[in-house]
Amino acid sequence: MNFLALAAEILRKDLRIEARSREGVNTLLFFSALLVFLFRFALGPTEAEVRQGAPGLLWFAFILTGLWGVARTFQIERENDCLESFRLVPEGLGGIYLGKVLVGCCLMVATELMILAMFGLFFHLDLWVATAWLVPVLVLGTVGFVAIGTLFAAITAQLKAREVLLPLLLFPLVIPVLLPASRLTELALAGESFAAEPHWLRLLVVFDLVFLVLGYLTFPLVVED
Amino acid sequence: MVHGEIREVGLRIRGLGKAFRGTWALRDVDLDLAPGEALVLFGPNGSGKTTLLKILATVLRPTRGTGVLGGADLVQERDTVRRRVELLSHESYLYEDLTPRENLSFAAAIRGGCPGGDAVAAALERAGLGAVEDERVRTLSSGMKRRISLARLFVGKSDLWLLDEPYTNLDREATKLLEAALQEHRERGGMIVMATHNFFDGFRLATRVAILARGRLILDEPRGTMTLPAFQELYALRTEGGGR
Amino acid sequence: MNRLTILLGLGAVALLVAGLWMGLVQAPPDAVQGEVQRIMYLHVPSILTAYLAFTVVLVCSIGYLVRGTRGWDRLAHASAEVGVVFTAITLFTGSIWGKPTWGVWWTWDARLTGTAVLFLVYLGYLMLRSVVEDRDRAGRYAAVVGILGFVDVIFTHMAVTWFRTLHQPSSLQRGTIDTALQLPLYVNLLAFALLYATFVAGRVRLTALDEAIEAQGLRG
Repeated sequence: MNFLALAAEILRKDLRIEARSREGVNTLLFFSALLVFLFRFALGPTEAEVRQGAPGLLWFAFILTGLWGVARTFQIERENDCLESFRLVPEGLGGIYLGKVLVGCCLMVATELMILAMFGLFFHLDLWVATAWLVPVLVLGTVGFVAIGTLFAAITAQLKAREVLLPLLLFPLVIPVLLPASRLTELALAGESFAAEPHWLRLLVVFDLVFLVLGYLTFPLVVED
Repeated sequence: MVHGEIREVGLRIRGLGKAFRGTWALRDVDLDLAPGEALVLFGPNGSGKTTLLKILATVLRPTRGTGVLGGADLVQERDTVRRRVELLSHESYLYEDLTPRENLSFAAAIRGGCPGGDAVAAALERAGLGAVEDERVRTLSSGMKRRISLARLFVGKSDLWLLDEPYTNLDREATKLLEAALQEHRERGGMIVMATHNFFDGFRLATRVAILARGRLILDEPRGTMTLPAFQELYALRTEGGGR
Repeated sequence: MNRLTILLGLGAVALLVAGLWMGLVQAPPDAVQGEVQRIMYLHVPSILTAYLAFTVVLVCSIGYLVRGTRGWDRLAHASAEVGVVFTAITLFTGSIWGKPTWGVWWTWDARLTGTAVLFLVYLGYLMLRSVVEDRDRAGRYAAVVGILGFVDVIFTHMAVTWFRTLHQPSSLQRGTIDTALQLPLYVNLLAFALLYATFVAGRVRLTALDEAIEAQGLRG
């Protein structure tokens, strides 16, 4: 079975589990609502302040929930004692990584849309004008975060200190995603085109590709004994 | 496998050892197994039985020594070996929120097989799970869960079956199913390595018996005409005081 | 300590003494910045040596993943440790330079931020190593961080540079340093490189001894 088919199997399995247990979705929904709530009180009373900080805040919220999301993709395995079963896979182990990335992206994008909706609702952000531009930014930024996050979640999944170690390792590494994504989001929300600053988009795309490949190649080394 | 040469069959292990955190869990293990043979491993807890099975399944990598299954090296040609073994371990490798059918399909799929829905259904039926094949594993008893692992054995087409305490949680009916399957597997030329505390059933099934103590293989013989009481006495003697 | 390490160490100390004297005493003060500019003789060699250290980590990480022999891992570990120390020195000396020059101990300009990220990434590397018990697994996980971290830091530098720039363009690249100031810089650079080599050699030896002791304990 080649790696693409493996990825599809993992995607199907995990989405099925999420749909049935609904643990992941519920927690993410609740968590994102709480975050939005906290932002309201953490920032000044005027809406202008919130709107100004919105791009950065949005991505901060995305990354915080994303952290939990990528950890969850391996928590499912650990809860069911299944991590070791990956060592029985004869070939295409990298496909499991890709599958987990896909699952992580699904979870994260769903959460991001929820958070965006809440931001729009509670802070009166005009999202419709930005939609066309926001979507590619969302996707590219998410893929970058999940690509690197999934690999590190795999590493820390087997360690006792995983809750501390994952953010510790991951946060410095996601700056090349955070910066372009929040800047592009800022442009998108302001209704401006990306044409003036194309390098951000290019950086994101290259980052995504590079880390997907690196993740695919190193995942088998992380999983095996 | 090299063209023009006779393909090696069977299992051959030399000097196998595994160390964890500064202690040897397994040491200097030599084993030979031919097609059709069933090796049953006995030993106190912590003697290394699970470690040995996991190394044979390529789930763990040996610290020392070599192992060859059907001509394929356990470490160098790990992928090939994986296609030829099936492991029934302590861990269930089951997802609680999926049904037995979904679990089986997934497990078979990632292991490289592409069993049709029929093969999966048949295996579940054979394991006596026909009635519950579409219920979430979470709702099943541990006995039923164990049967799903049996069904995994029925679906696969492996040469070597590695079974870690397979009789645990099996009722009499399931035990009979297991034994029938083991018999059939041996008749087809398959090999079995089983670790168990169940002297009665295990001894009866074995063509070879072995004892592991403190990571070392202190006995490895054909069962021959040995009786169970004789073996149990031998076991008690050899493993007294934690094994020598 | 074997002879090579001692030689390296002596060379490093000698060069360092010379370089420091040249930089702190002999060289004239900078026309614009005055005496505080002298910290550059520590700051610049420090970061360049850190870059060298982390490049070695990258190469050894790849080597370890491909080859699997312990030597690669020992060198990667040692190099990362020394690299983190030198990065810390860079941040520290940069901060000391920053206060009189910019008026603040810290600012989020591109270069400083990039260096802080570098420090955090490899600190994480060391922390991961310390948490995993099995040496071989620790080495493997660390190697993955060593490779991905290196690539990531390059991306980070690009992103952060585009975001802002306050830091003056690199002294060496600018080419406008007076020759009188260049020589002490190069001497100190060489001194730091030798210091790096000394520490790494010592650390690798220590790790090898540690492993030998473990192996002995295993025999019983």
